[in-house]
Amino acid sequence: MGRNPVTWLGSPAFPTAARTALADDQLRRNLNHATGLIRNKRAGAVAELPDWEQLRLSGEAIKDEVLANLDTYLLRFEESVTARGGVVHWAADAAEANEIVLRLAREAGADEVVKIKSMATMEIGLNEALEAGGVKPIETDLAELIVQLGDDRPSHILVPAIHKNRTEIRDIFRTTMPGTEDLTNEPVELAAAARAFLRRKFLSAKVAVSGANFGVASTGSVVIVESEGNGRMCLTLPETLITVMGIEKLVPSWQDLEVFLQLLPRSSTAERMNPYTSIWSGVTPGDGPQNFHLVLVDNGRTDTLASTVGRQALRCIRCSACLNVCPVYERTGGQAYGSVYPGPIGAILTPQLAGDMHDKHAASLPFASSLCGACFEVCPVRIDIPSVLVHLRSEAVAAKPRYSPEAIGMAAMSWVMAGPRRFHVAQRLATAGRLLARGGKIRRLPFPGSKWTDSRDLPAPAKESFSAWWKRTRG
Amino acid sequence: MPGGSGPVADSAAKDVILGRIRTALGNRPAARPIPREYQRSRPFPSVLDLFAERVADYRAIVHRVDDPVAMVRSLLAGKRIAVPPDLPAEWLVPEVTWLHEPLSNADLDGCDGVLTGCAAGIAETGTIVLDGGVAQGRRVITLLPDYHLCVVRADQIAGTVPEALERLEPTRPLTFISGPSATSDIELDRVEGVHGPRTLEVLIVNG
Repeated sequence: MGRNPVTWLGSPAFPTAARTALADDQLRRNLNHATGLIRNKRAGAVAELPDWEQLRLSGEAIKDEVLANLDTYLLRFEESVTARGGVVHWAADAAEANEIVLRLAREAGADEVVKIKSMATMEIGLNEALEAGGVKPIETDLAELIVQLGDDRPSHILVPAIHKNRTEIRDIFRTTMPGTEDLTNEPVELAAAARAFLRRKFLSAKVAVSGANFGVASTGSVVIVESEGNGRMCLTLPETLITVMGIEKLVPSWQDLEVFLQLLPRSSTAERMNPYTSIWSGVTPGDGPQNFHLVLVDNGRTDTLASTVGRQALRCIRCSACLNVCPVYERTGGQAYGSVYPGPIGAILTPQLAGDMHDKHAASLPFASSLCGACFEVCPVRIDIPSVLVHLRSEAVAAKPRYSPEAIGMAAMSWVMAGPRRFHVAQRLATAGRLLARGGKIRRLPFPGSKWTDSRDLPAPAKESFSAWWKRTRG
Repeated sequence: MPGGSGPVADSAAKDVILGRIRTALGNRPAARPIPREYQRSRPFPSVLDLFAERVADYRAIVHRVDDPVAMVRSLLAGKRIAVPPDLPAEWLVPEVTWLHEPLSNADLDGCDGVLTGCAAGIAETGTIVLDGGVAQGRRVITLLPDYHLCVVRADQIAGTVPEALERLEPTRPLTFISGPSATSDIELDRVEGVHGPRTLEVLIVNG
């Protein structure tokens, strides 16, 4: 098995990438504008529903039920899809999934496929695999198209081009779309340009590739939630539809959708309902694709399921509300996380899917947080992201070599704290540390303390320890 | 052959995945009942008024009429309009050039619009649901034309999302439409008019 493409090859650890991102003023302005706007709108959309907390509790419980009986629900889903004329495929990892999609596209005689934005296909690196196999993937979601035409990487779960403002988008279109020399930076015009550019592609495509927002185990129904209508085009026009779906995307029954169709739009785009939701079950004769393939992908999900603390990350419905409220994400942007899943959910999902805490980049992600808890408050399925972050931090530290600065520090601490005399001496020494402080903060410590102060300030130790004060005033 | 050797070749992966799930879950946690304390319906003063208001909120054009025929005539006269095969005959007024199925994608792409009924409406979210049933046709006919005129009867409108889903048949091809096609992809602000119909007009027929 090769490396898991959920992390981008060669990504630096988060502190290094964050430093680069923070130096980009334009990026910070774009993110500040976009996340500020959506934060306020989401709060309004959520406040409209008096039973929001009850919906969250149900969403959490429904997803937990699926995870606790995932094998049963997957088999039921496979049976339902098959009974309605779909073909179900299983892929243990990214390479297997890519191979299946490429083979199916070739069998359908396609040299290009139109694609609906899908986190699963981004996660497995499907576009690269298709291109290597001679099949051209065409992204049809506006933000994905911007990323693809700009030869860029995504930076947000919902809006992969959130790091680009309208003028930057216009410039990408002008250089890559024929006949757009006079395009302005008005969003309406930019959307119209994409409409004209893609219409021909939709009408000629033989194969579409999609992800899935939800799969209903009891009926075999697949749900795609979207805004632009590019999803409807892909789900309706081509003869063959290939849907790539993470194994955790199921809900048990049709009734469960009534919870998620309320939670998802308000959490993601802050709308009462997104413009278009398509739901289909297998093949409908005379309407839409007559060949339907569904590829169920594991790619690290079963490893994540094995962690009793970490498995709640699999409840995620990819709304991106946690990104929009995260003070760290707002400042660094998504690309600093080095994965298709950025922000708070990325910080817990990416390292678990990658499954290798010896990878310095993956192991750095759980530390990309101040543990402020805003992500948990907005999460529509109540993922306790801060707790999972803390759990993964301990795993990251445990995976480090014995003589890491943390390990040495902890060993020294336990020696010091083992005897009261040692402890008092250490306290007096710490007080002497005030000599290093300026304005109440220590900005730079000598090695190994520099490993801490490289990315954080340290408050100056108090003038006097509590026990010295106690002795002086009461003793 | 579509599908080819797929399922057979992937069956090894299926066993691997199911095996990993069973190992991961070890001693399976006891089933917890799913709490459903949320409101399945709400006491809206008028479901009809709310539907009209919320559909308009997403920049669809809304008319409330007692009889749709006169409005169909005044909105569509002189235009070339695609229709599903089973539209009520009285809607097909002679002032309009009606394009009947079977229609090619080129026909649909080139016409002035489409007229349909619907399967349900959702007042709280301003949503219309199509299910390919009576007066709705194939999914593509409401997708390629740039203009969609949709007739919604008062008795088709549900108050909330749960009430609407209850009325729908899950295995039909369903399309939920809330306003004209839009995107939030430029600076996370909503802009109307991308791939789907850029104009959505809704006739609500008072009950």
